[in-house]
Amino acid sequence: MAGYAPLVNSPNDAVLAMHMSDGLVDAPTSLLFGFVAVAGITVAAWKARTELDERTAPMAGLVAAFIFAVQMVNFPILPGASGHLLGGALAAILVGPYTGALCVAIVLVVQALLFADGGITALGTNITNMALIGVGVGYAAAVALRPLRRRFGDAGLAALAFVAALANTLAAASGFLLEYALGGAGDTTLDTVAWYMLGTHTLIGVGEGLITALTVVAVARARPDLVYLLRTAPRPTTEVPA
Amino acid sequence: MTSRRSWFLAGFAVVALLIAGVVSYLASSSPDGLDSTTLRGCTVIETAAGEELTGTCIAQHAGEHHLADGPLADYTVAGNDNLSGIAGILGATATFAVAGGLFWLIARSGRTRRT
Repeated sequence: MAGYAPLVNSPNDAVLAMHMSDGLVDAPTSLLFGFVAVAGITVAAWKARTELDERTAPMAGLVAAFIFAVQMVNFPILPGASGHLLGGALAAILVGPYTGALCVAIVLVVQALLFADGGITALGTNITNMALIGVGVGYAAAVALRPLRRRFGDAGLAALAFVAALANTLAAASGFLLEYALGGAGDTTLDTVAWYMLGTHTLIGVGEGLITALTVVAVARARPDLVYLLRTAPRPTTEVPA
Repeated sequence: MTSRRSWFLAGFAVVALLIAGVVSYLASSSPDGLDSTTLRGCTVIETAAGEELTGTCIAQHAGEHHLADGPLADYTVAGNDNLSGIAGILGATATFAVAGGLFWLIARSGRTRRT
């Protein structure tokens, strides 16, 4: 059995493996990104104290569970290829970037330890890509586009959530490309891998964007106080329209 | 916690459980963007021993998961993938327990620091 990844353990073909397996990058690269992940998550846990209180902690726990659930639902993007939510932008918008990074990291740890999805030695790369890079880029995009919400209301919020989620997906895919460039296994050229990764993840990013926009607008309509990005928005009075 | 907030959170939890337990059965079984990238160049063939990859691709370098024999491995319950919804509900619940517990501790430590 050694030497290739049995994508499916059972005879029928319900493939539900979603993250990097062990062995796709070499040991030094895995180790390096293991350190990156530990450092990043430590910082996130420290900084999350400024985002969390007894009122928002249950919401943040539910956001993690929601991301786990939605990640199970692969949607088709091309014949023979699918995609699923990564959830970085969604988590950052709803509960803040540091808490959001912890949400995605916890989902990845639960998936690797309980569901054999995503390798154990690949946890560092998976956490770096989806919890650190994806959340960071997704949140930065959301903050940059936050004025859209003030101008266009829910439509603006949907648009900023969509773009932030697309950016999060492409950034996370680029993280894999960085790791593959540093220590990828196999002879496939980086060029080929890059085109295919970014192509598929542009399509996945559209799905990610739709799910993120739908969820963020739904939460914002019901409980705007539970949307971190709106809670922390600068007071409208700081910009006085003429 | 206001009761309206509690109702919202309860609703959110129900939505998450429905997605994990029911909607997940609608998931596409095609490989995702990463897997289809690493499988490029290979053909997956079914054999009596499971699946094998012929050709040359990145996925051939992937090792079997260390916990592939776990009771919930591959979102099954003891290998039965008709029960993936049960596995999903257990996973969403476990995620909520771990994340909620950690966030509660972080929130408490933040409060004691602030006061």
